[in-house]
Amino acid sequence: MTVLLMIGTRKGLWIARGDDERRGWDLGEPHFLMQEIPACAIDTRGGTTRLLVGARSEHWGPSVFHSDDYGSTWNEPDGGAVRFPAEADAAVKAVWQLSPDTEARTGTVWAGTEPSALWRSDDHGETFALVDGLWDHPHRPTWKPGGGGQAIHTVLPHPADDEQVLVAMSTGGVYRTGDGGRSWTPSNTGIKAYFLPDPWPEYGQCVHKVARDAADPDRLFAQNHHGVYRSADGGSNWTSIAAGLPSDFGFPMVAHPSRGGTAWVVPLVADGERVPPAGRLAVWRTTDAGDSWSSASAGLPQDEFFASVLRDAFTADDVGDPTGLYLGARDGSVYASADEGESWSEIARHLPDILCLRAATVS
Amino acid sequence: MNVTVRLPAALRGLARGERAVVVELADPATVSTLLDALAQTLPAVERRIRDETGRQRRHVNVFVGEVNIRDGAGLEEALADGAEVYVIPAVSGGV
Repeated sequence: MTVLLMIGTRKGLWIARGDDERRGWDLGEPHFLMQEIPACAIDTRGGTTRLLVGARSEHWGPSVFHSDDYGSTWNEPDGGAVRFPAEADAAVKAVWQLSPDTEARTGTVWAGTEPSALWRSDDHGETFALVDGLWDHPHRPTWKPGGGGQAIHTVLPHPADDEQVLVAMSTGGVYRTGDGGRSWTPSNTGIKAYFLPDPWPEYGQCVHKVARDAADPDRLFAQNHHGVYRSADGGSNWTSIAAGLPSDFGFPMVAHPSRGGTAWVVPLVADGERVPPAGRLAVWRTTDAGDSWSSASAGLPQDEFFASVLRDAFTADDVGDPTGLYLGARDGSVYASADEGESWSEIARHLPDILCLRAATVS
Repeated sequence: MNVTVRLPAALRGLARGERAVVVELADPATVSTLLDALAQTLPAVERRIRDETGRQRRHVNVFVGEVNIRDGAGLEEALADGAEVYVIPAVSGGV
């Protein structure tokens, strides 16, 4: 068994390979050096492995590249992978999310971009078409950018119902479709937007990341711009699960890929103090769907650590039991855990800021 | 009329490794009509110079001879037969 770990950074992509125990890692050479990599994916559906990368050159613009040989060669269509139609009068600034759909729809891959738009590919991530239903939503002109830009950073297809997809953006909040993308409804009831005059608006929340429970597809977990939430009804209503955490601020939310009720967050002090509490990097885990939390930090820096962890820089692999966890920080360090976060080891340091991580078993 | 487009190293791999490509254009020609022609023959090069709205990318400079088109007529800068067009990444685009 080999686990492949894609490490997307501010200045390039690294592809690390783990040994059988996921203890030793070979980092390899950089790909896309000097390009920002906000999104990556490892698509192992259908018995093949395709690597996908959302890359953005400050000079030459963004695109999605794919590789079927573990990064030896990368390809994109001559005409580009993700481009607005002329009538949209908009240009893609960056691809923030690449999400393979279910096993049953092996050709389908979703992309979320800045500006906030959802895209669907039915050719395994080579070309993407704009999802008009969300782009034409009457709320769109009033969505506002978060600190990193106005982008769709979360795309969650439903594992059992192809018509249902959930997206999230900062700011704008959560939106859902139940008809395959033709119509979209804001889905933020119970999520607080403390930075607005009305802190309980229909939309406009700054949701940082949403993850779907492995056992119950209607159970969702959300890390908000202050606030940690759970939904038991597919996103219609949200309730706080922040009690027991040292802070309700942070960016990632990772659900266990195969065990229900289990999820992890990485708390930061606050909006105005985006560093780990007390300078100690720690991951907090719930095994009861957010009713309680416990921390794990063995092997993580416990002294004067002031780097934050971005929303896609924390991920789980697909090994199963125990699943591996991977965490990257803005100081260019990457940590891996082969025991679901109980203990960690540093597998890379001094890389550029870590923007995204994805891990999967490959042959 | 023919114009020569001189490409930076970063784009040569998208143009069969060529340092320069000669493009035949109808007279009168502008940088915009040149890029329209490139979009047909070398689309992966053209979309790195203009985004999908048709605007010149912020950190890409285009010179006609020694004139930065941002100091001239922009994408409507006129091209004469035999013009040399340089595509150069701006130093402002570093990360």
